[in-house]
Amino acid sequence: MDYAIVVALEMVRAVAWLVLLAAGLAIIFGMMRVINFAHGEFLMLGGYTVVVSTGAGVNEWVAILLLAPLVVGLFGVVVERLVIRQLYGRMLDSLLATWGLSMLMIGGVTLIFGNTVQGVATPFGGVRIGTYQMPIYNFVLIFFAAAILLAVWAVLKFTRAGLIARATMQNPNMAETLGIRTTLVYMATFGIGSAVTGLAGGLLAPVTGVVPAMGASLVGQSFITVITGGAAVITGTLSSATILGTISQGTTFWAGPVYGDAALLVVALILLRILPQGITGRIFKRAL
Amino acid sequence: MIIKRRQFLRSTGAAAALSLAAPLVARAAADTIKVGGLHDLSGALDLVGIPMDQVFQMAIKEINEGGGLLGRQVEGVVYDPQSNMSMYSQYATQMALKDKVAVVMGGITSASRETIRPIFHKFQTLYFYNTQYEGGVCDRNEITLGTTPAQTVARIIPYAMNLYGKKVYTVAADYNYGHITSAWIKRYVEEQGGEVIATEFFPLDVAQFGSTISKIQAAKPDFVCSAMVGSSHLGFYRQWAAAGMKEQIPMISTVLGAGGNDQIVLTAAEGNGILSSFGYFEAVDNPANKAFLERIKAEYPTNTPIMSEISECTYEGMMIWADAVREAGSIERDAVLEVIAKGKTYDLPAGKVKIDPKTQHAIRDVYIAELQDQTFVIKESFPESQPADTQMVCDLIADPRANKHYEISL
Repeated sequence: MDYAIVVALEMVRAVAWLVLLAAGLAIIFGMMRVINFAHGEFLMLGGYTVVVSTGAGVNEWVAILLLAPLVVGLFGVVVERLVIRQLYGRMLDSLLATWGLSMLMIGGVTLIFGNTVQGVATPFGGVRIGTYQMPIYNFVLIFFAAAILLAVWAVLKFTRAGLIARATMQNPNMAETLGIRTTLVYMATFGIGSAVTGLAGGLLAPVTGVVPAMGASLVGQSFITVITGGAAVITGTLSSATILGTISQGTTFWAGPVYGDAALLVVALILLRILPQGITGRIFKRAL
Repeated sequence: MIIKRRQFLRSTGAAAALSLAAPLVARAAADTIKVGGLHDLSGALDLVGIPMDQVFQMAIKEINEGGGLLGRQVEGVVYDPQSNMSMYSQYATQMALKDKVAVVMGGITSASRETIRPIFHKFQTLYFYNTQYEGGVCDRNEITLGTTPAQTVARIIPYAMNLYGKKVYTVAADYNYGHITSAWIKRYVEEQGGEVIATEFFPLDVAQFGSTISKIQAAKPDFVCSAMVGSSHLGFYRQWAAAGMKEQIPMISTVLGAGGNDQIVLTAAEGNGILSSFGYFEAVDNPANKAFLERIKAEYPTNTPIMSEISECTYEGMMIWADAVREAGSIERDAVLEVIAKGKTYDLPAGKVKIDPKTQHAIRDVYIAELQDQTFVIKESFPESQPADTQMVCDLIADPRANKHYEISL
């Protein structure tokens, strides 16, 4: 019985992990149709912000919840102004440009901090579930994954800013004729997407090692989740993270991590064959 | 104009022969002895390669301060293969043919060694491989100083079983190192009458270990044996500690502390109590090691590297080669090899090191150490540990022409 609870909790945590990895990317892709290939490096930057600021004596939670989103968000705004803005509507060019940006970031961070693994300890201890123990930090990850999705949903649904954002998303030309400065909307969206990514990177720092090249191993999962989900930011991310997370984690429990990794790819492959526009391209079409 | 293939080959062949001959002429005039250092100074493995290069440079300086070799100064030729195999083969060829180095120290992963070893074998450039690896190289042109599983895994498994019990759970990285090492772990556990209840492999990018940690708790082993590699896998130790498992199930590792700074990346709370086994730790207590560590500190006062087996062995390689050159009175490969193959015993920072003439691997002291407050504390040492795995497959005395990396079947 307690084993079943542990397995279920691990599955929820795997879903939360994918949501965290993908949320920022989904915001940017869903609203702007820009593929940010430097997404993994944005996560890495969030991780480094936490490692460096805690090393300088800043409280770990301040670093994760405040500094990481702030630093990466501002960085995102700068990138949008300098690079992305020039390339709206040119998906392949922006992909290439952000790929270059990712290499630049890896090189820059390596130059400053060196190619050494750094890290911070995982906060909190373990919690007992029957005869098993689990890190309490798992629940922190789950909580913030849910909080991010809820916050994005609330903003889009209930605020004026959300209304403007949705209008721009649906028809940028019409929004512009109605007096909305779409360039500002895009800038804000990119900044917020980056900030969410920074928060995710900060939250991941305590569970893994932080190195300049860490983005490479995270960007794949992020992209698969977003593309499988389709254009709708919240429904898409949540539905694909749920499907991919439970299946890959279930397989990991059943057959080991090598097969868990493979299962994630196979499921994504099949889903995209059946639903080339992503899950929300056909189902939940009108959802956010 | 149509160039016939034969003509083309003949003319370019002549040109190539000429251009190859040119450095030979230049070399006769040179009065320094060139030695090659081929370590990754950038890319994924620079964390390991940079300390090796620092030690390599320091050893050259030490030899020159002692008057050089045969009345000549020693000059280092260093290339950075950037953790890239095609660069390895390019620079190895360059060292052998263009720079005409007397000896090469280098190669880190087994993949890089198997890239450059045949090149040095072919061009008869003496080669020292100074990394712990899975065993099985049989090549008269290569001197291998790092430990093999028969020296380390064979020691730490009985030690841990004696301490903790007979049920072992293995977690390992999903590439040849992890697979071969876990096969050795299984063999030594079974030899001691124990049982490996499960072995799990992890691709190098896996960073979530919750399911495995739960499975380990369900399996209730007496201890966990880890052959996890790389930055993502450090998360395993971290998540293990966060789940509160450290107090319940002990852990040993075959790689922690191998070459980088793992021990200071993990906090004391995460790392304390993990057992590891290598041919060298900074804590080795002898006068040679004391002097060695002081020299390193003096040479690199601001960026003092943490010494591990892989960098200490680079120093050993240079010292053993220099000693052989002095005794042979020559830098010619065969003369130097003849002295080394006599099987002398050397007093080095790691303790007594002897070259086994059969395999040209090191017979050396092996240590088991426990991680305490981010440094390794030596618990036990095993003098004169033989590279028994390679000895099973390789006999260079019987077959001096051997040129092979055996996969030792278990």
